Amino acid sequence: MAETTSALPGARFDGAVLIEEAGLRGMITLKGDLAATRLHSAATGVAGVDFPGQGEANCVGEHGLCWMAPDELLILVPYARAAEDSAAIATALAGTHHLVTNVSDARVIFTAAGPAAREVLAKLTPADLHPDSFRPGQFRRTRLAQAPAAYWMRDAETFEIIAFRSMAAYVFDLLVGAANPAAPVGRY
Amino acid sequence: MSGRLPTGGRLIDRRLPVEFTFNGKRMEGLEGDTLASALMANGQRLVGRSFKYHRPRGVVASGAEEPNALLTTGHGRREEPNQRATTTELFAGLEARSQNHWPSLEFDIGALNARLSRFLTAGFYYKMFMWPRAFWKHVYEPVIRQSAGLGPAPNARDADIYEHSYATVDVLVIGGGVAGLIAAQSAAAAGARVMLIEQTAAWGGRAMVDGAVIEGQGAEPWVEATTEALAARENVDLRPRTMGAGVYDHGYVLAYERLCDHDPQDGAPRHRLWKIRARQIVTATGAIERPLAFAGNDLPGVMLASAIRDYVVNWGVHAGARTVIVTNNDDAYRTALTLLDAGLDVPAILDARDEVTGALPDEARARGIRVEAGAGIAKVKGAAKVEGVAVCRQGGDGTVTEEIACDAVAMSGGWSPVVHLWSHPGGKLVWNADHALFAPDPDAAPKGADGQPFVIPAGAAAGPGDAGFTTTHALASGAEAGAEAARRTGHKAKAVKPPMADDPAEGPLTPVWVMPQGATPEARGKMWLDFQNDVKVSDVEQAAREGYQSVEHTKRYTTLGMATDQGKLSNINGLAILADSLGEPIPEVGTTTFRPPYTPISMGAIGGEARGALFQPVRRTPVHDWHEANGAHWEPVGHWRRPYTFLREGESVEQAVQREVRNTREAVGLLDASTLGKILVRGPDAGAFLDMMYTNMMSTLPPGRCRYGLMCSENGFLIDDGVVARIDEESWLCHTTTGGADRIHAHMEEWLQTEWWDMKVFTANITEQYAQFAVVGPEARNLLEDIGGMDLSAEALPFMHWAEGQIGGFDTRVFRISFSGELSYEIAVPAGQGRAFWDRLLSVGKPYGIMPYGTEALHIMRAEKGFIMIGDETDGTVIPQDLGLNWAISKKKADFLGKRAQERTHMADPGRWQLVGLRTLNGSVLEDGAYAIGEGRNANGQQSVEGRVTSTYFSPTLGRGIAMGLVREGPNRMGEILQFTRIGAAPVEARIVSPVFYDPDGERQNG
Repeated sequence: MAETTSALPGARFDGAVLIEEAGLRGMITLKGDLAATRLHSAATGVAGVDFPGQGEANCVGEHGLCWMAPDELLILVPYARAAEDSAAIATALAGTHHLVTNVSDARVIFTAAGPAAREVLAKLTPADLHPDSFRPGQFRRTRLAQAPAAYWMRDAETFEIIAFRSMAAYVFDLLVGAANPAAPVGRY
Repeated sequence: MSGRLPTGGRLIDRRLPVEFTFNGKRMEGLEGDTLASALMANGQRLVGRSFKYHRPRGVVASGAEEPNALLTTGHGRREEPNQRATTTELFAGLEARSQNHWPSLEFDIGALNARLSRFLTAGFYYKMFMWPRAFWKHVYEPVIRQSAGLGPAPNARDADIYEHSYATVDVLVIGGGVAGLIAAQSAAAAGARVMLIEQTAAWGGRAMVDGAVIEGQGAEPWVEATTEALAARENVDLRPRTMGAGVYDHGYVLAYERLCDHDPQDGAPRHRLWKIRARQIVTATGAIERPLAFAGNDLPGVMLASAIRDYVVNWGVHAGARTVIVTNNDDAYRTALTLLDAGLDVPAILDARDEVTGALPDEARARGIRVEAGAGIAKVKGAAKVEGVAVCRQGGDGTVTEEIACDAVAMSGGWSPVVHLWSHPGGKLVWNADHALFAPDPDAAPKGADGQPFVIPAGAAAGPGDAGFTTTHALASGAEAGAEAARRTGHKAKAVKPPMADDPAEGPLTPVWVMPQGATPEARGKMWLDFQNDVKVSDVEQAAREGYQSVEHTKRYTTLGMATDQGKLSNINGLAILADSLGEPIPEVGTTTFRPPYTPISMGAIGGEARGALFQPVRRTPVHDWHEANGAHWEPVGHWRRPYTFLREGESVEQAVQREVRNTREAVGLLDASTLGKILVRGPDAGAFLDMMYTNMMSTLPPGRCRYGLMCSENGFLIDDGVVARIDEESWLCHTTTGGADRIHAHMEEWLQTEWWDMKVFTANITEQYAQFAVVGPEARNLLEDIGGMDLSAEALPFMHWAEGQIGGFDTRVFRISFSGELSYEIAVPAGQGRAFWDRLLSVGKPYGIMPYGTEALHIMRAEKGFIMIGDETDGTVIPQDLGLNWAISKKKADFLGKRAQERTHMADPGRWQLVGLRTLNGSVLEDGAYAIGEGRNANGQQSVEGRVTSTYFSPTLGRGIAMGLVREGPNRMGEILQFTRIGAAPVEARIVSPVFYDPDGERQNG
């Protein structure tokens, strides 16, 4: 395979939380009938995690299944597996109405880690990040300031954030600003 | 003369002096002072000049309602005009300057305006600025406009940073007085998620100043204990220095947190704008005291009675040594007693009421203060400061009964609940005649999407209780409001039991709108209602005489309440005067509209992080950095930045563009086309769907082939174009314009989701998955074959075909398409491989003379070929038929979006402007957008036109100007010569020709 680089390799800021570009990750968009058994098997077979409910993300390591819409799933796999896994899903779903496409290169993925992660993110996203409303296992498609974004929590203090690759620099700069150590909020 | 008292001041720390300057003069305040209290402590009562008449003005109030004490603070990058001294916390090194005076605060030439006052009355803007016309430019604008104003806008870039923060809460309590504190306590005890915000730095509101008694002692211990208990709760967020700025539909609230105003510093945000979703909102926003309208009530030293006691109790500052109190209610007696306690003189209390009963007046009398019932002020004596008052009977005509020497006047016309936040989202008000005030109408609360009320007023903001504005009422209504808010958010809630409060019995108030009742017209011309905008009783009365009946019209005509304080002190008094003049009851006249923000908030806070590099997202392609490092002269396209051209040492932009075109035509060029939209459309009905989306037939396109397609709106107008590639039996890849990707994807989804939901089609916008480069020019194939990999010969991959394979080890999809007319391959690779592939093309292409080219070279080359560009040849009013694109409109299809619209008579009119090429006779370049001059004049008396230029360039290939344009019946007029306009120059002649200027048979691209 040719030399492949993520959107902002090595980008890192240690502030109120630790912001890092998380490198390459395999991402597969799967559209179809989310209630269908065949689709369930195909998705869970590739990701090796339970099928998520509405608004949920089941992520373990580099694998995961994220609920994007009533007819759309985002499948996370190691980057090197994405093309092959996409093809495997397409084969498994042959004859059913679906769309599967590898979007690994269309995205950037950041992590925001630390006890202040919720309040750092809450400076940029209108979603309710109170621990009663958003916990590991949940997934939000929303925005960070003016950029479309989605995120979930790897653990109680770590967010994984995906955004479009072309906006990687904008999103990183946003996160750096929000993680300004001189601007604690003290809400969560 | 004002000054600091030897003792007292619960908010100041006498051990910590703080230096600051006022108009360059060094002064000393104390930690905990506001700028206003510090100025008064330094004997500085004069703080500015009024807006219109440049009258000397002093501090009137102690909080957000202050109309006069607006100062410019800081300098350079921290200069900020119109800062209210009463809400500006003092810090070391604070620089403050007064505004709206020239040459100095003490001596001001603009005060001449006061002599012109008979010309500056109500509606003077409308009357004077109308006529004579020449005066507008030469007199009114330069002279009068100049003299009326606030602080000048700063020139330097703001040194500070700002941020936003989002919060979702069950119950937002606005106001941290006793009502707000107990409301938060009630809601929090029920388990609701609570946020409590308070605009000042201190909790407890007026309770401590007003001598509230809770559980047998002062309010302070209860306030402290309650605040601590709330802070300890996990479900409560306490935010001092945070003002509820606006309440909007659906419980959306903007709150303005001032983080560093009291302690300016680099690197920390100055303000934070909260965007709060609250399921229920408790407005515990208190009340504001009303001034009284008597002659000379705007002189420095005349202040609200409550403010005078605020300064004594909170900051140990007195407004004067001898204070006359003028009132129509019992509350002002608290000021008299406070002043007495502080060892200051109160020569008299002038009470407009004929009968003065109540516990507080009794106490005042018992302590030896002279109480004059039925009395008022005929006139305040003094020119630039209070020297005394002329006393009269309130019921009379202003005949002076005596004069009392004093240096301050404390006035109280009663209290108005702060109903602003209740009113913002539509809460209605009801008139309370006993207390002469508007209060929230509990039966007409603002309602949310579910039809249920979402705002609950509490404490003084809800209006007085049975015994008036008492601590007992504040505590009881706050406790219940908090519980009710919690119940409405699904919690089992019981109001916390309010602590026992002890309130003195207060006598009734008598409304007083003019003092004295029978004041002469001359006196009414000296009674200020709106201090900031210089509106007097006489102005409102004049407006009524001139026929103004609506309070909203009167407001605009007189400018009453239109200043930055939004008439917090003047509105009720003003509309009472209007009602009186019209002979109507006050509730019939009503109030003006309350609009957010409650007090002005900084532009920086509104912008938040969106400034400088983050003002707008900039989208970058995978080779953006290369472009940047190699002379890219950028052009914004949507949110993307695309290189317009790549500048080399010593080149002009024009020269660079010409070089790029020539090199591409003669050797090989390289274009970063990654920004073009790519939408994957898949499903059993995808072909049928695309036949509807495009004007031409896409369902018949065989896999492996490409077709240029046009998209129209349902109104028939061309909205986008691009090449569609059939990927497999069920999949198509649709290319869109750079700016069109998101819009066209949304357009597709809208039709799929709202109209054709039965079609089995999925779409995915995969624009960013690929880096896509066009390798263009006679050497393109040679270059790619040198890199090596898949077969790219004319036989294996003919024009308008695509294929997948590897080139130099890269995973590619290669499209044989051309927007330049040259031999051209558009090659897509996964975005992560984009930069490496670009570098490989450049290095292998070196011997072939490869050069990247930008968007302008792309434009010129497509124009040489007569290819249209969305946004140049189209403007939302152009249909494909106008552009000679009939070949791309299927005659076989029963329907497609835009088909019916294009059959309308106007759309099918042969007289429409249609696309042609334009060739100037002298070889020059036509002006962009130039019009073809027609015969005669149109209905508006303008020169008739019969066409316009849509694209125009100097063609380096042809060595002359070329253009495309839309001309009436253009294609039927080949060879005709038209005159085209030039700005500021004589028209130029151009011949109508074919729009294809170069290689009309397409031999180069097909090779």
